[in-house]
Amino acid sequence: MTQVTERATRLRSQAVAGLSGFARTWLVFIGAVVVWEVATRLAESVFFPPPTEIVSTALQLWFSGPASQLFLSDVVFDHILPSLGRCLAGWAIAVILGVGLGTALGRSRTGMDYVGPLFAFFRAIPPPTLVPVFMVLFGLGPGMQVATIIFGAIWPVLLNTVDGVRAVDSVKVDTARSFRTPTPYWIGMVVLPAALPKIFAGLRLSLSISLILMVVSELIGSLNGIGHELISAQRAFEFPLMWTWIVLLGILGFGLNSLLLAAERRVLRWQPNRNNDG
Amino acid sequence: MPTMLEVTGLNHRYGSGDGAHVAVKDLSFSVDAGQLACIVGPSGCGKSTLLRCIAGLIPPTDGSVSLHGDAVNGVPDDLAVVFQDYSRSLFPWLTVARNVEFPLRWRKLGKQERAERAQEALDAVGLSGVGRKFPWQLSGGMQQRVSIARALASKPALLIMDEPFASVDAQTRFELEDLLRRVQREQRTTILLVTHDIDESVYLGDRVLVLSKSPATIVADLPVDLPADRDQIATRESAKFVALRGEVARLLQTVPAKQAAPEQQADEDVATADAAEWTATEEAATENAGSAKETSH
Repeated sequence: MTQVTERATRLRSQAVAGLSGFARTWLVFIGAVVVWEVATRLAESVFFPPPTEIVSTALQLWFSGPASQLFLSDVVFDHILPSLGRCLAGWAIAVILGVGLGTALGRSRTGMDYVGPLFAFFRAIPPPTLVPVFMVLFGLGPGMQVATIIFGAIWPVLLNTVDGVRAVDSVKVDTARSFRTPTPYWIGMVVLPAALPKIFAGLRLSLSISLILMVVSELIGSLNGIGHELISAQRAFEFPLMWTWIVLLGILGFGLNSLLLAAERRVLRWQPNRNNDG
Repeated sequence: MPTMLEVTGLNHRYGSGDGAHVAVKDLSFSVDAGQLACIVGPSGCGKSTLLRCIAGLIPPTDGSVSLHGDAVNGVPDDLAVVFQDYSRSLFPWLTVARNVEFPLRWRKLGKQERAERAQEALDAVGLSGVGRKFPWQLSGGMQQRVSIARALASKPALLIMDEPFASVDAQTRFELEDLLRRVQREQRTTILLVTHDIDESVYLGDRVLVLSKSPATIVADLPVDLPADRDQIATRESAKFVALRGEVARLLQTVPAKQAAPEQQADEDVATADAAEWTATEEAATENAGSAKETSH
């Protein structure tokens, strides 16, 4: 009897905690949207359509397709998916190159001495300024965009990997050596796991850089994609449409980051200071 | 009993010229198979350096080490080391079972067989049900038992232990000491254990090697003729134990009589020697960290 009551109380307090947690997370966001709606309706500016109008434009734009395409319109297939594909492809290549190179350089005693200044120089160049260069090299098209994304997104991954693989605890180094750990196991089971928290910090940063560079490269030189549609809408004075693309970028950034965070929580669940309620 | 470990004329010097610090000086001894030998010495006497030389982690400046007759040149195949700092030695990203399986990964064993051997090792140290936990979810004493299990799982010809019980509380230390003696006798492992604790060296060892202050040399090699079955209370009360621990303590105390300096001077000596060894070991560690990629295979 008491057990049942206790359980009910616990469930209720969990529900309350869940609700208040939800409120804490979203209250300010929802409030901001409401203020935005009210302000834009009062201002009646053509440049700032109210959120409800943006949402209805977005629904019309993206979900007006036939049932055979799961109601997704051609815009999704012509612009959104290619953009996302280039963003993720560029990011993935940057991650593979960054982790690979970073591991090799970080574990070599002198490697970074040679290439450190070069990296510092390259990293200091704002990647969007290289779009014209890559446009000359690759022409208008996905090659230029992916190249820009790789060049911008590789540095956080590379430098964080170097940092991470260098910081392997000396006792773990001795332990691995005393077992005569072969190199693949040494790298795969000791060095990379030890560096993973740092690598993930780099991954998060490089993912948001990838998204930014995806849009920027499409704004400057592209025949399709989210950035291309955004600048076209602006040039045609279709402001609700322009805002739709901006909101989509926000949603994509939030979604991609949430996915990465979920992956990080899973991969790094061995960390003692992570909350273990999941 | 055949000789398992033979150390001959071992010397180790950090640096060169006037700034050189001699950590180990002309040290020779041997350990028979199945024996548990304790090395006891004052802190900062070069024990860590000695162990690192024997384990092949650093090359000695001079002299030779051989394990079951084969010269040690780099880390030998069938050797395992248990470090004092279990929390830094265990891999926090691997579960307990996977930590214990770690040294078996690259051996020609089936997955099933590997898991069984890890389980056997965990059973031997009395940790049957914790395989799926992460090391940090266990108490300190349990974590050190995991690293002992990991070392045992690789079935080493020689198990080297560097102050293995110095970081656990007294109660746990007693438990771990008894556990180590039991496991050592069950599995007939040859163990070389370094400690600064005189009582521990006498209680654990079949033999106690007493080291001098830095540079480390062997000043006495005492057989421990206590009964094989030892008891934390009865053994420590026995006249033999008391006499032996007194003898070891006296040896350790009389060692610094190399110069008739006032006590304070002697203390400073120890401090500088400590600092020198510490820095040297740290440097070596950093170097190793840098070169581990090249040398670990």
